[in-house]
Amino acid sequence: MSARLSLIVPFLLVAGLVAIFLIFRPFDRLSQGTPPSEDISIEFVKIDAEGFHVSVRAAGSEPVSVAQVQVDSAYRTFTQTPPGPISHLGSAVFLIPYSWINGDTYHLRFVTRSGLTFDHTIEAAIVTPTHDVANLLSLALIGLFVGVVPILIGYAFYPGLVSFGEQGRHFAMALTIGLLVFLLLDTLQEGLDVAATAISSLKATTAVWLGGLVTLLTLLAIGRRSGKPPEGVSLALFIAIGIGIHNLGEGLAIGASFAVGEVALASFLVLGFAIHNVTEGIAILAPVRRENVSPFLLIGLALIAGAPASLGTIVGTFAVSPFWTALAFGVGAGAILQVIIEVGSAMQRSTSGATQIWFSRAGISGFLGGIVVMFATAFLIQG
Amino acid sequence: MMAGSTNLLKRLLSRRGLLKAGLATGTGALVSGTAAARLGSGVTPADALLDSRAIGRTDGRIPGSFQNASSYTGVPGHGAFGENSVVGEVDHARNGFDPYDMLTDWETGIVTTAPDGQVVRTFNVTAVDKDIEIAPGVFFPAWTYNGRVPGPALRATEGELIRIHFMNEGSHPHTMHFHGIHAANMDGVPGAGEVIPGDEFTYEFFAEPFGCHLYHCHSFPFKRHLHRGLYGAFIVDPDPARHPEFEDVAQSRLLGSPENRQWQEFVMVMNGFDTNFDDDNEIYAVNSIAFAFEKKPVRITRDKPVRIYLVNITEFDPINSFHLHANFFNYYDHGTTLEPTHKTIDTVMQCQAQRGIIEFTFEDHGPGMYMFHAHQAEFAELGWMAHFEVV
Repeated sequence: MSARLSLIVPFLLVAGLVAIFLIFRPFDRLSQGTPPSEDISIEFVKIDAEGFHVSVRAAGSEPVSVAQVQVDSAYRTFTQTPPGPISHLGSAVFLIPYSWINGDTYHLRFVTRSGLTFDHTIEAAIVTPTHDVANLLSLALIGLFVGVVPILIGYAFYPGLVSFGEQGRHFAMALTIGLLVFLLLDTLQEGLDVAATAISSLKATTAVWLGGLVTLLTLLAIGRRSGKPPEGVSLALFIAIGIGIHNLGEGLAIGASFAVGEVALASFLVLGFAIHNVTEGIAILAPVRRENVSPFLLIGLALIAGAPASLGTIVGTFAVSPFWTALAFGVGAGAILQVIIEVGSAMQRSTSGATQIWFSRAGISGFLGGIVVMFATAFLIQG
Repeated sequence: MMAGSTNLLKRLLSRRGLLKAGLATGTGALVSGTAAARLGSGVTPADALLDSRAIGRTDGRIPGSFQNASSYTGVPGHGAFGENSVVGEVDHARNGFDPYDMLTDWETGIVTTAPDGQVVRTFNVTAVDKDIEIAPGVFFPAWTYNGRVPGPALRATEGELIRIHFMNEGSHPHTMHFHGIHAANMDGVPGAGEVIPGDEFTYEFFAEPFGCHLYHCHSFPFKRHLHRGLYGAFIVDPDPARHPEFEDVAQSRLLGSPENRQWQEFVMVMNGFDTNFDDDNEIYAVNSIAFAFEKKPVRITRDKPVRIYLVNITEFDPINSFHLHANFFNYYDHGTTLEPTHKTIDTVMQCQAQRGIIEFTFEDHGPGMYMFHAHQAEFAELGWMAHFEVV
């Protein structure tokens, strides 16, 4: 047998192992009498004049039969589409006709065949935005307000900063790193939080970490495909991409808040993110030399970094599974980490003093300043 | 209606302010309702709210409109905004018991007379584990007496010698603890009449005092043995010969007597089920099945008075209650008196294991659907909701 053909052997062995498990069921003795594990996750609630339309996904080891539904501890009539048990990872929509009151809180409870209960709270009932052209435009506009406009405003800091010469540029880059470190932690945290709400068998938490890692390596490879790290406008582009993916996540958060009726939270998020994102304008331009700045470049970078917020706001109002949202945050975190690495490397290269640049007055004050600014403006986005 | 060219953002940003102002002035729902109606399409409940506010109502309902109209007629229908009920039907045949039949299903045992003239009444009761459907599609791993929850409604007459042959075919030790007067070794508690699986025991005592009583398992863990379904009514009818001063009343309570046949008698055991074992009931009912008597109202005629033997064996909640619509009743706490302990009331509460007899008549009423339910609204909405169909 040739060496290459022998590669088939381990595959056969694995198949044999699976067969032994399926045929002899060696662990059945241990699981005897264990009731089937029923698990469902309530993924999305659409509210309209009819009542509540609830998307439910089954996650347990066996199909789940939802037998009855309660609203605020009262059994309610409902219709299920498609009817019958929900298969593993399958989903169904429950229409619960209800004369709901605008702005009120409602507690939904799903009772399964075995009597297990799964709860979901509608924080404030409001008609789920319909996806007509006017509403989509409005949502896109919110995205622009959150993503693009603040970045353009942030640009206004640039001339002032570079007027300080090398020191100013170092400060701006260190500030950028500070901002990005905050965004990295924040994005990861968001991703992990959302992942926790996804059904466990999808391994959403792992997806956040792996999504981040793969993105980081991919962007590093693309950035350094010519053999040297990106700098100048090219580095600015990567910063814009990283921030863009992060802003996609912000947009999703805003859109989702609208969709689930947390309009007060959503409008608060809009203002908070907008102020927060002004700093992103400084970050994008930090590696760019003054002579390279053109209006097209400025607007182009602002769109790359900001427009994804529009996309996110719109997508977020649809029934997005927590898994994909979590993965988006993971990808965003990876992109931000790549930018941190590249900005750091650019900063180090910009001076012969190498690592000492980190501990210069501009380096330390910039880095800490970035974190403090983000932390302070983040208070504006308390949910 | 479409959002049109109105700026969503502007509305959203201003909504928070409006909401705050609204909370202060009490018009918040009105203001935000407008915003919501615009945001979506078509007529929303918020619009209905708007209209009802405009005509001075504060409950968000339009008089005489859709809301649960069917509940008041007792006719299962489909309101515009759904109903407070369960979806589907319980398979009573598979359960092996029907809550409706249980209302009048008295277990009177086998009656013999000893050589000395003592009347002896013998019952056979077997404990078995059984999954029962307590609401459509919701199954509960019950422990039962004779395969039903509540267990058989044992009925005897004051002064009889009672013998209960108890067999345990369940998976845990069980007892039958009677609320009555008996010797310590007949108490049906661990150490006195507890029966291990596969074994049996005969409880023996005189039926006294007369009244509306109950029996239940008293094995440990006590709470779990109770809420798993091991309980039932134990009715002791008064012996008219022992109560000359109230002989007619005693006669009417004596099952099978001519006076008793002038009554419509029902036994109702108020119970609950903690289906997810979090020490809080997900289902409340009379005779176990949620909304059973809403889906099939209890039919009564106007020409005979009604007597209900009411027992509360609800676990976890300290009290349960019975409330009758459009009428009042007399109440005999524990059923141990022949004169009412409460006269002309329409709501009575019972703590855990408390019970009593309710008597009323609908002779002066028109025919129709008359609601009765726990006046803990939570219990009612979780299944303890019912109707009398008066004909």
